[in-house]
Amino acid sequence: MKSKRANLPVNIFFLIFSLGFIIPFILIISSSITDEQTLITEGYKLIPHKFSLEAYKYVMKSPGQLLNSYKVTIFYSLVATAFSMVVMTLMAYPLSRSSYKYKKPVTFFIIFTMLFSGGLIPTYILMTKYLHLQDNIWVYILPNLANAFHIIVIRSFFQGLPPSLVESAKIDGARELQVFYKIVLPLSKPVIATVSLLNLLARWNDWNTALIYIRSKELFSLQYLLQQILREVQFIKDMAESSPVAGISINLTQLPSETIRFALCIVAAGPMLIIFPFFQKYFAKGLTVGAVKE
Amino acid sequence: MSKLKREQVNLTIKKKSKWGVFRDNFELSMMLVPGIIFFLVFSYIPMLGVIIAFKDYRNNLGIFGSEWVGLRNFKFFFTSQDAFRIARNTVGYGLVFIILGIVCAVAIAILLYEVKNRLFLKFYQTTMILPHFLSWVIVGYITYILLEPNMGILNQIIKFFGMEGINWYLEPKYWVVILPVVHVWKSVGLSCIMYYAALMGIDEQLFEAASIDGASKWKQICYITIPSLIPLMTVLTILNVGGIIKGDFGLFYNIPRNVGLLYPTTDIIDTYIYRGLQTGDDIGITTAVGLFQSFVGFVMVVATNKIVKKISPENSLF
Repeated sequence: MKSKRANLPVNIFFLIFSLGFIIPFILIISSSITDEQTLITEGYKLIPHKFSLEAYKYVMKSPGQLLNSYKVTIFYSLVATAFSMVVMTLMAYPLSRSSYKYKKPVTFFIIFTMLFSGGLIPTYILMTKYLHLQDNIWVYILPNLANAFHIIVIRSFFQGLPPSLVESAKIDGARELQVFYKIVLPLSKPVIATVSLLNLLARWNDWNTALIYIRSKELFSLQYLLQQILREVQFIKDMAESSPVAGISINLTQLPSETIRFALCIVAAGPMLIIFPFFQKYFAKGLTVGAVKE
Repeated sequence: MSKLKREQVNLTIKKKSKWGVFRDNFELSMMLVPGIIFFLVFSYIPMLGVIIAFKDYRNNLGIFGSEWVGLRNFKFFFTSQDAFRIARNTVGYGLVFIILGIVCAVAIAILLYEVKNRLFLKFYQTTMILPHFLSWVIVGYITYILLEPNMGILNQIIKFFGMEGINWYLEPKYWVVILPVVHVWKSVGLSCIMYYAALMGIDEQLFEAASIDGASKWKQICYITIPSLIPLMTVLTILNVGGIIKGDFGLFYNIPRNVGLLYPTTDIIDTYIYRGLQTGDDIGITTAVGLFQSFVGFVMVVATNKIVKKISPENSLF
């Protein structure tokens, strides 16, 4: 009983503390379902004074650009995650084998990329002038195929597997690649899940790749589209004009531009915000597993 | 005796030739090929590209055609008035973020440890970690709702108390507080959960024994809880120490919305380099700034690791 009473102030603190994380989301939702005029005269409110779904109607009427960005983002997120998991697990496996002769230099080769980088400008010149990745969907995928920190995380997990498994398979005449995908990979589902999720989240939230390398609207990622919408109302007008629904003329002066912004934000960010917290424990784990030590 | 044995062993195991070693490791080496190509192309070639920092880069002449200018780019930057501003902002915010990040995360983790109700615990953890799943763009939306001068929540509150609303996007001085608050808001949940996980590893008997001996809650925190968190704190600090000079571009670009008037307190090396890329002139100078940043970050991480290794080897990173 005594411990429960001592807990009360702590719980009150945390209830207020959690409000600090919940209220911002409520603010976005309520701004998106407020009547445009009410919003402009009264400002953003926690609970809308005059309720309206007008903004969502506009978004649904001309979803062209939004749908397109959704497609682009889903495509590159999945492809990049899948490819990078192949590259990274393949690389982590030899480094986890104590008998592998070139383990030390290769590990150094990888870790050095964590410590030093060429910087934005040389990368930009390489990507645009020599690899011709500007305005190309592969710019979302190729530069993110491997990440030194993630390779080390995967390697550490592999090292934790009993070495006798690998040895006995080798004695039975299995080739390295067979050992890798028949024994090591099936045993490593936890780390593969964790790192895949970290990658997926990073790709999904990627806005700066498009900021730097993408000019054509067809290739905008979701987050970059959102950023453009927050920056300029023009974008919303363009979307309304290119409405594929024939016969519907939209009066641009009455376009609920403020509320549309937040409606788009909800439509674009909502699904992931509901899905990702379910995998919460993987994210926390992913960072603590990373014992970089030799 | 032992010497004799060693010689015998040497006799029985024939030293393999270099070719033999290579052949034995061939299969494993092949698995590294995609990754090595990746790092060569996307990490090491840009590293060579830093020679632009020592050249007067002209787009039409290319990297190799442009003229060498020695350290002129560095000199030009360090004598410009931007240098002091962006260096002060980058390092200043970097230090504040690290210290504030640790203090908040550890304090909240210790408080969270006092919550015994499983359901409440889960609820607090989930709300805290939500911002981690948001991109900086969405966080930009949230700060916009709060700070918008006419309709924003903060100004509504200020006006409610009868004071004059503040145009946040025109007043640099407030950003010294706004940016750290936003940073902590986004990152505290995840690091707090990591510290909490470390706390769960402490043997409860330590606390029981301490309270039998009459140690107050505060004493227990000082002598049991915090010392047991120190290994994790060191590892996270070493990982972040390079970040003192490497600012979070997402935060500094999306939250102040690239407003020129705010540059005195919001411009950091990374936003400066990005603008250099946008305008396209002074590519050499911008590259020099980037190289300087990478180099200082590198030195800081290696030095911190060395120091930690001296004091307590088991906490060092590599």
